[in-house]
Amino acid sequence: MYNQTEIIKDTSELGADGELVINMGPQHPATHGVLHLVVTLNGETIKKIEPHLGYIHRSIEKMCESLTYRQFIYVTSRMDYLSSHINNLGCALLIEKGMQIEVPDRAKYIRVILSELTRIASHELWLGAMAMDLGAFTPFFYAFREREMITDIMEDTCGARLTMNYIVPGGLMYDLHPDFQKKVKAFITQFKSKVTEYEDLVTNNIIFQSRTKGVGILSAEDAISYGCTGPVARASGVSCDIRKIYPYEVYDKVEFDEVLETAGDSFARYMVRVKEMNQSIRIIEQLIDNIPEGDFVGKTKNVLKLPKGEFYTRVETARGEFGVYVVSEGGTTPHRIKFRSPGFSNLSVLNHISVGSMIGDLMASMGTLDLVIPDIDR
Amino acid sequence: MFSLEGITTNVQDWLLMKFNPTMALAIECVIVILLSISLFALLGLVLVLMERKVAAHIQIRLGPNRVGPGGMFQTVADTLKLIMKEGLVPDKADKFLFNLAPFVVMMVGMLLLAPIAFAKNFQIWDISIGVLYISSVSSLSVIGILMAGWASNNKYSLIGAMRSGAQIVSYELSAGFAVLTIVVLTGSLQISEIVNAQQNGWWIFKGHIPAVIAFVLYIIAVTAETNRAPFDLAEAESELTAGFHTEYSGMRFALFFLAEYINIFIVCAIGATLFFGGWMPLHIGNWEAFNHLMDYIPSSVWFMGKTFFLIFLIMWFRWTFPRLRVDQLLNLEWKYLLPISLFNLLLVAVIAILGWHF
Repeated sequence: MYNQTEIIKDTSELGADGELVINMGPQHPATHGVLHLVVTLNGETIKKIEPHLGYIHRSIEKMCESLTYRQFIYVTSRMDYLSSHINNLGCALLIEKGMQIEVPDRAKYIRVILSELTRIASHELWLGAMAMDLGAFTPFFYAFREREMITDIMEDTCGARLTMNYIVPGGLMYDLHPDFQKKVKAFITQFKSKVTEYEDLVTNNIIFQSRTKGVGILSAEDAISYGCTGPVARASGVSCDIRKIYPYEVYDKVEFDEVLETAGDSFARYMVRVKEMNQSIRIIEQLIDNIPEGDFVGKTKNVLKLPKGEFYTRVETARGEFGVYVVSEGGTTPHRIKFRSPGFSNLSVLNHISVGSMIGDLMASMGTLDLVIPDIDR
Repeated sequence: MFSLEGITTNVQDWLLMKFNPTMALAIECVIVILLSISLFALLGLVLVLMERKVAAHIQIRLGPNRVGPGGMFQTVADTLKLIMKEGLVPDKADKFLFNLAPFVVMMVGMLLLAPIAFAKNFQIWDISIGVLYISSVSSLSVIGILMAGWASNNKYSLIGAMRSGAQIVSYELSAGFAVLTIVVLTGSLQISEIVNAQQNGWWIFKGHIPAVIAFVLYIIAVTAETNRAPFDLAEAESELTAGFHTEYSGMRFALFFLAEYINIFIVCAIGATLFFGGWMPLHIGNWEAFNHLMDYIPSSVWFMGKTFFLIFLIMWFRWTFPRLRVDQLLNLEWKYLLPISLFNLLLVAVIAILGWHF
């Protein structure tokens, strides 16, 4: 306790004349988790933001080195817990690539459908949370109404609502629930009829637009040099959708658009995510009726051993590019593992885009960066 | 017919019969104090429950439904919890000001109850400068908030208090000008006269478009003055955790919470009095039968109905809009609302002089 107060006292004395240093977080309503921002203010204007990480560091990368190739997949569910299915997919793809495991078509289709459902669920939660950061409480409940249907589908399919753990190297853990197609179609109908409500409540709201337009502008050059990916980079006009550039699974067989905006401000990031939800719906619609019959898991050895060498795969999560890098010595566990999490790079632009703006703008910028803290800290 | 006027005259007659006039006045004062305190408690309970139910309805959920029938006693339970909680005072806080601040905010609310006409001839103090009294006393609440923010010795509280200071001081102007339009139309500052002037029609109907504009300005300005969303910058949960009352807990927090709702009630009551005729029933021109029918509804019901309609309006705002940014808030007042209200006042003055209103 004593040390804690000392630390806070120290930072408050760092401020020069007329500057106010406040600690936002690790417990703060807007940081959604244990992110700690040391914000230097001049009145209401932000002069500097310094993110302090480590409050939820679990050394997942080191843990993975002592787990077998079948086991380490499921630890990644606890990183970006909103895209847990897509994280699992990235790890499974790496093992399948390294060991040349053939994945049945049925598994590929189901994996993509669930990935897109995960993406929608993640964006729905982001929509509600960001609106709440800006002071509007109601959109949260509207977004959760649709998200609830997805979590119900997930619960039916794999028994879990958030950390799905549905993927095994070579396919899926179980076959689909018989009601799966019916429920997904019901969700699509519901989503399409309710998406106008978001537009009335949030997108077309004059206060929302004035809070987000021209706030937290990130140029395309800066987005590239900071390593931003996902909706954050696409809102600045950087084409970086892994599903388009390096298609995995069946993404090369479906038609969808990579959503690009050019403004680079918070409103553009908002629009990219809202439009991405519609694109995800489009992908699901193309696949849901065409899931091929057959095995849901390919034939694999009981003990997986990756050949000696270095392996890298990337997938597009709801937040951007998620990369898995494994160095194998040929054993049953990875020798060294490194995850490239999209949240870390996206957080790094926060200081750049918020300096000179108001405290209220920080909420808009931070909200539209869509930070998930366990993903940044790992 | 049920009337609160009868009760007050009976009580006064009885007191005068039993005691000498000075004693009777003293006893009346005590009764008024007790009544206004119990009105405070009652309003707090009702309005908090109403807010939660309105919010729940807007947010497609049920709201409190466990304690009592339909969750009616939820706020009673909450109040009991808050009374029993420990009231923490931060180590480095200015203890005197810290403890005083919630009471200052409460006191302002209590003082504002005085000139409000709750029903026909049912008013604590029919002061001849009623509207002026209301505007001047309501501006005192900022002192309590600044006190709380400064005394807490917390940076969030301080930022919240400074925001609140800037906000309340600015929006008072618009609210004041909106109130002035009705004063110009009536030609009196006294609440009872303003109500009586609306016997043949409420000002919002009689005053043409300027009265409607004044009403809209008034609602916007008082939403800001009571620190309600979309102008809740002083609290700004996602930015400043809880703003000026971050460090308050237990009953001291409850007093701030209660004061917020009492203030909403008061500004809505004043709005209903000025624009919707207070306790005056709805009368339409020569429709004798209709007007008689309306007269049968007790005046207290008319007053409360109008007030609660306005309260619902303000709650509706809160659960629909995002929060404004602090510079946008001040721009809105100084660049838009203030010029509009000045021009509107001029227009109303012209209408009043030429006698164009009904």
